[in-house]
Amino acid sequence: MIAAPQSPPSEWQYVVAVYLVVFVTVLAWVGIIASKMQRLQRQLADLVARARRDG
Amino acid sequence: MDGVKAIRMPVLAAGTSALLAAAIALIFFYAPTDPDQGFSQRIFYFHVPIALTSYACFGWGAWKALLHLWKRSEGADVESYVAIHQGVVFGLLTLVTGSLWARASWGVWWVWSDDQLVLFLVLFLFYCAYFMLRYSVDPGPARANMSAVYALFGVVLIPVSFLAIRLSRSFIHPIVFTSHGPQMTGSQFLTFCIALAAMLSLFATLYNVELAGKRIDASVRELRELLA
Repeated sequence: MIAAPQSPPSEWQYVVAVYLVVFVTVLAWVGIIASKMQRLQRQLADLVARARRDG
Repeated sequence: MDGVKAIRMPVLAAGTSALLAAAIALIFFYAPTDPDQGFSQRIFYFHVPIALTSYACFGWGAWKALLHLWKRSEGADVESYVAIHQGVVFGLLTLVTGSLWARASWGVWWVWSDDQLVLFLVLFLFYCAYFMLRYSVDPGPARANMSAVYALFGVVLIPVSFLAIRLSRSFIHPIVFTSHGPQMTGSQFLTFCIALAAMLSLFATLYNVELAGKRIDASVRELRELLA
């Protein structure tokens, strides 16, 4: 079975790719920072609990 | 003063979102299609502002490094680190978006003979090595001083990289800003200015968020040591 020849990506596909790359990078960055903030929130809650327990 | 700082981040984030939305709307619905490059010229409105923002990040990082070495400003070392980290992220985006634009316009992903591309890659790799240096030394004043000196050395590459396009004999890379002003129409220039403001604002927002995270992390570590 012979695959149909694929045409090269057109200009608009590169433009979409560029804007998607930027969007995904910012999204990934926000995700990383959000997970870091969650970790800090957990650590801080542990420390508060420890401080309360120890008086 | 605390109140001003507290409202600064949400206002900054909202402003950045508005600017980014305005920039995208202008790029796709207002700016005319370039007669020479066609539709792919719309990459310019994100690629160039991202590149300029990465220069601004490295410059800001170097300024904070100078403040650390000169005035021993508290927190300047972390601020320099965060700015350079942001610069590397924007630098990577510059390389990726530039490569996609090169493929769309020139038919190749990369041109080694173009001084602008190679010098930007050198600048990017130089600041990537900053992290290797920083994390190879134990935290403390020695690490902060070494990182600051390295960040200051790197700033020399910024004008070289920026001017390479004008000094180069290779004319494959388009020159938009010449001594006669921007070589574009009024609507294109307005779109570019909004996109640049959006990128600088994005940097300011991400910088403040990451810096806040670093400061909270340091406070949690200190608290843990106090409670141990």
